[in-house]
Amino acid sequence: MDEITQVVRDYVVREYIEEGDDRQITETTPLISGGIVDSFSMVSLKRFLERKYHIQIPDACATPDAFDTVKSIVELVRRFQNAPAASICPP
Amino acid sequence: MAYNDTIRNSYLAEIESINAAGLFKVERYIHSSQGSEIEVEFPAGSKVKKCINICANNYLGLSSHPEVIAAAHAGLDSRGYGMSSVRFICGTQDIHRELENRLTSFLGTEDTLLFPSCMDANAGFFEACLGEQDVMIADRLVHASIVDGMRLCKAMQDTYKHSDMHHLEEKLQEHQDKHRRMIITDGVFSMDGDIARLDQIVALAEKYNAMVFVDDSHATGFIGRTGRGTHEHCGVFGRIDIITTTLGKALGGASGGCVSGRRELVQMCRQRARPYLFSNSVAPVIVAGALKVMDIITASTARRDKLEWNAKYWRGLLKDAGFDIKEGESPIVPVMLYDAKLAQDFARELFDEGVYAVGFFFPVVPKGQARIRTQLSAAHEKHHLDFAIEAFKKVGERHGILGMSKAELLAKCGV
Repeated sequence: MDEITQVVRDYVVREYIEEGDDRQITETTPLISGGIVDSFSMVSLKRFLERKYHIQIPDACATPDAFDTVKSIVELVRRFQNAPAASICPP
Repeated sequence: MAYNDTIRNSYLAEIESINAAGLFKVERYIHSSQGSEIEVEFPAGSKVKKCINICANNYLGLSSHPEVIAAAHAGLDSRGYGMSSVRFICGTQDIHRELENRLTSFLGTEDTLLFPSCMDANAGFFEACLGEQDVMIADRLVHASIVDGMRLCKAMQDTYKHSDMHHLEEKLQEHQDKHRRMIITDGVFSMDGDIARLDQIVALAEKYNAMVFVDDSHATGFIGRTGRGTHEHCGVFGRIDIITTTLGKALGGASGGCVSGRRELVQMCRQRARPYLFSNSVAPVIVAGALKVMDIITASTARRDKLEWNAKYWRGLLKDAGFDIKEGESPIVPVMLYDAKLAQDFARELFDEGVYAVGFFFPVVPKGQARIRTQLSAAHEKHHLDFAIEAFKKVGERHGILGMSKAELLAKCGV
């Protein structure tokens, strides 16, 4: 598991999994469609990623699909690390 | 566009998918007034059946209280049936002002504004009082109406794990760059019946310069030594910035709600809250009845004391019978079954035994957390609860679940 995947996975577990909940979070566990993360809580995840990786994710790109698995979140972060936001997700 | 077959079929398909998921809701027709014993037609067209009601929000048993009914009659005679207006045009009577003042005094706040419901109060408050530079930090189990209200507001939305004060503190630290912070919680959580840690929440709010919002709909009138609410129970009476609550539960159970709290915030609602601005006034007959309710609950704590006794007695009966219940102090007592089908079957069989209760399952509660939510009332007498527990035991024995731990129940149902 690479560094970004580890960081995102650890954040998801710490932020969204309640004490006593023994669900395992893998790279492909459905987070939003699986009821682990709701759309409100997604805001804190977006804010965390932006601060941690010094990127800006426009709201139009912060979709439930893009945030549905650790894998898709990591892909999103990588895209914004490698290119200006406007070129990926025009306003 | 015409309402053609294509459109009709698209809705029918959605309705069928709701039905197929076991989530289709049907109403039960009650042929009596609300109370601890009611007459119910269910399924529709069936013979009317008498049963014990153990799922109403009629906490203080005032929904059909003769003094409240008489006061409502008098209000109807003296102030009429409807106002045909929103409040700020020609819809405010002297009794609206009187009820707002009584609620302010009872809740220990600075000012109060009535809304058509607490749903409307929650839907309108945040947009009226917070903006883009602010942040709302809500407990993850707040009521759906708060979630709707937050969605309508431009302030940043964030959440903390249910009643997790350490997590709330982290969020408050994280959002120190925001102009204004508001912590948002229910006083008593409607599905689990647990009480918010308002003493700790207020301490954190003071430490991190945040406001506190509490929806006390499942507390006003009976939680706390004199029934003022969760803030009285937690020793922070007078220190909550905004309380929203309802007249639709303990306070007579008709309809209506309010925003009560800091004068400026209430004024902002009076100027900007859209459900207040664009909905009719609370009907005079309801205001008149609610004023009598205020008389009754401020004159004596007898009804909230009886409710407290009933809740303790009922919790004891369920535990002694071997049910898995959510521990707590409120009159909301969830009987945990975990499995959605079991919860539905259990409720139906209880009705056959003469007890009216409802099963709750996803999406109303998290997956694997299905339950029968029982709610006590001051209108319940001991014999009602003794009757109800026999029905619970009979159905529980039939399903072989009495005495089972959570793990055993989960294993049995394959949840």
